[in-house]
Amino acid sequence: MALSKILPASQSQFAGARNLVINGAAICSQRGASFTSSGVFPVDRFKMDKNGANITSTQNALTSGEPYDEGFRFSAKMATTSTDSNSANYYLLRHRIEAQNLASCGWNYTSSSSYITLSSWIKSSIAGTYYILIRTKDGTGQSYVHEYTLAANTWKKISFSMQGNSNITFNMDNGEGLEITFSPYLGTDFTSSSTTLNAWGAWNGSTGYGKDYAHDFGATSGSTFEITGVQLEVGDATPFEHEDYTTTLTKCRRYFLRYYGNESPNFPRWFNPAYANDCYMGGNFSFPVQMRATPSVSASVTYQNSDGLGTGDVSREGVNLYVLSTGAATISGAYITNNSSDHVTVDAEL
Amino acid sequence: MSEFNITSAQYVTDPLNGKSDKLIKATINKTELWIPVDPDNRHYAEIQKQVAAKTLTIEEAD
Repeated sequence: MALSKILPASQSQFAGARNLVINGAAICSQRGASFTSSGVFPVDRFKMDKNGANITSTQNALTSGEPYDEGFRFSAKMATTSTDSNSANYYLLRHRIEAQNLASCGWNYTSSSSYITLSSWIKSSIAGTYYILIRTKDGTGQSYVHEYTLAANTWKKISFSMQGNSNITFNMDNGEGLEITFSPYLGTDFTSSSTTLNAWGAWNGSTGYGKDYAHDFGATSGSTFEITGVQLEVGDATPFEHEDYTTTLTKCRRYFLRYYGNESPNFPRWFNPAYANDCYMGGNFSFPVQMRATPSVSASVTYQNSDGLGTGDVSREGVNLYVLSTGAATISGAYITNNSSDHVTVDAEL
Repeated sequence: MSEFNITSAQYVTDPLNGKSDKLIKATINKTELWIPVDPDNRHYAEIQKQVAAKTLTIEEAD
């Protein structure tokens, strides 16, 4: 064992920010905790995409089991609520990592003597063989497929290392560098019996997600698949790097931010006793951290004496929001209420 | 495996400066978004992709 892996007797966790995955313990779910559509984030930084059976994806509370005993209180979970079998079906949980975080992480990614390790707790209601796809996005995209097996309804901790490869490229920028895809099922439109396992190779397009699945996640209503404790780190596997909630939330907010009207003093709420016809009033809404990119903005708010909300200049640091008046006369004031369901959303996800 | 269903897109005029070249108001996956004209933004990147494929047109600002 390398000397760097020997811990003092009093230290149960390795120091430092080792985990390249953000929210690997699924503790942050700014968007909500349960969804029924595709393209959603049941927990921050983990996106669920699907085609096939109806899916409920959730931030699932853990109350027992091996991950619970290791300090995990949530998982990202998918559950079917109908049945659908088709070669074009897929169910995915994806995590995307900024290229600059990989370029500067300490992994000599073009050298076969340097490696990174992915670890995760995984559970499914269906016993069988599953695949994880690791895919790089800069230069000529490379892919790496790892095979693992699960017993039904039994948590399993998987861990595997990936050597560097001379064809891997990570730009020192804020674009997508690497994608980790967990798949409870992929139809044969996306798999191939000849997929190479445990080796980097040029991404071959849509059939590179794994080998053909012997089971069908969507064939049974009530099928479940969940993950937690996802960690990608340079070198050997180490215990999961647990973080306090605020640290993880702050990291997540570089990619997505949602302020609720009844929670945040930073929530935009303007009052104007002399609000004239055909005009606007607004203010700057500063983000707590610099966003990854200039974000998209949306709002679900309740107005008083206003005809809508608009967005002016937006940058990685903040946005100018305004309320509109298109009425016939001067009105006595316009504002956004502090209704608990009101929110402003800022999205700079990968 | 398309991630976005874009049903409308229109440039927005900023009332502060009168310009309409920095933001697009679009409905994506049934949600109305103000999207910056920034290739690093995934929504704008997808709009550009669909415009190039001629499956989407960005309307002029009102």
